[in-house]
Amino acid sequence: MAEQHLDGAWTRRWIEAVAAAVSSRKAELTALDRAIGDADHGENLDRGFQAVLGKLDALDDGATPGAVLKLVATTLISTVGGAAGPLYGTAFLKGAMAAGERDALDAAGLVEVLTAARDGIVARGKAELQDKTMVDAWTPAVDAAAAAGDDVRAVLEAAAEAAQAGAVATEPLVAHKGRASYLGERAIGHRDPGAESTALMLRAAAETR
Amino acid sequence: MTVGLVVVSHSARIAEGVVELAAQMAPSVTIAAAGGTDDGGIGTSFDRIQAALAEAESGDGVVVLCDLGSAVLTAETALELAEAPERIRIADAPIVEGAVAAAVAAESGDGLDAVVAAAEARQAEAAPPQAGDEPAGEAQRLELVLENEHGLHARPAAELVRTASGFDAAVTVEGVDAKSMLRVLALGLDRGSRVVFEATGPDARDALAAIEALARNRFGE
Repeated sequence: MAEQHLDGAWTRRWIEAVAAAVSSRKAELTALDRAIGDADHGENLDRGFQAVLGKLDALDDGATPGAVLKLVATTLISTVGGAAGPLYGTAFLKGAMAAGERDALDAAGLVEVLTAARDGIVARGKAELQDKTMVDAWTPAVDAAAAAGDDVRAVLEAAAEAAQAGAVATEPLVAHKGRASYLGERAIGHRDPGAESTALMLRAAAETR
Repeated sequence: MTVGLVVVSHSARIAEGVVELAAQMAPSVTIAAAGGTDDGGIGTSFDRIQAALAEAESGDGVVVLCDLGSAVLTAETALELAEAPERIRIADAPIVEGAVAAAVAAESGDGLDAVVAAAEARQAEAAPPQAGDEPAGEAQRLELVLENEHGLHARPAAELVRTASGFDAAVTVEGVDAKSMLRVLALGLDRGSRVVFEATGPDARDALAAIEALARNRFGE
């Protein structure tokens, strides 16, 4: 049976898995961004998460999930260099604040963290659903997580699936935020890179044991 | 002490260029550039913005001008994490015009709110000060011909704005607020233009006398 609580060590393994996934799919993320943005999403995120990896080592073995998330937040904010820096940075920061001092997160705690992260992104970027942004992956993920019951693995899997579906569903949309909003209808048919990187992060979470 | 400015751009050269342009009209205002990423690429750097905020802050606050997307988001994040966020304001203004207008307002000693308002003033919503707002006396009028070779371009316009701002009077030039750099510049007044100034309020006469003297001196050119 899978563990029912996500502790600091799990959080660290998740972030390492995100860094590995971003690194291996960097070109793909940048290609999505080249179509409707400024062709730097993959490189920017990779730079950010590589910097995170460098700092994780310095963290205490007993670091809480909140402490890990906060380290990710401050590192992304100062190293990413594109809109994804402040957006994901704020998400991880709000998530860290929601996690607080807890040693581990149960399903309800996980939903709190995801919700706080999404709310942080919405507050920072002021995007709404259907604006063709990462919010289109985050909000379905939070909704699915909240409805998934009290098994953390089920919550993680529901969030990952909904985020991926949300990312795919950005393809027919016209963008109302970010660089793609300058393109009008030319953005139609392209997946939002931020929604895709959100799906990638939540998929990594679902696969982290 | 004056309000300081920070110019945040995706490009280091844009940020430095805007600072250079704005500083020409505001020699005593600290204007710091925060352009590009830490390694000199295109993007925005949280650390550069933080450093620029520290450099521009002299106790009277800082107004931030941004270009696109992540420049605004990163500036907002820096503001949120700042020790004294109440002394930092992000102006919703075009980066070049906003920086120039804010620099002139800061140079003339305006406070934080007034510098933000100067940056955000838009030609589209240009409304001349209403005479009815100034119960003290009837409107004074001055008409003159511009002698400056390039008309009322940035530097002479800045002189006019600075002079008009020094008086307790509502002053208009060709019907727009003479204390607003953006509105004065948007008039595009050329050499030889016949220009009408009007002023109401306690200092109306003095304001127009000072403007007349300034014009006779070709606005310092």
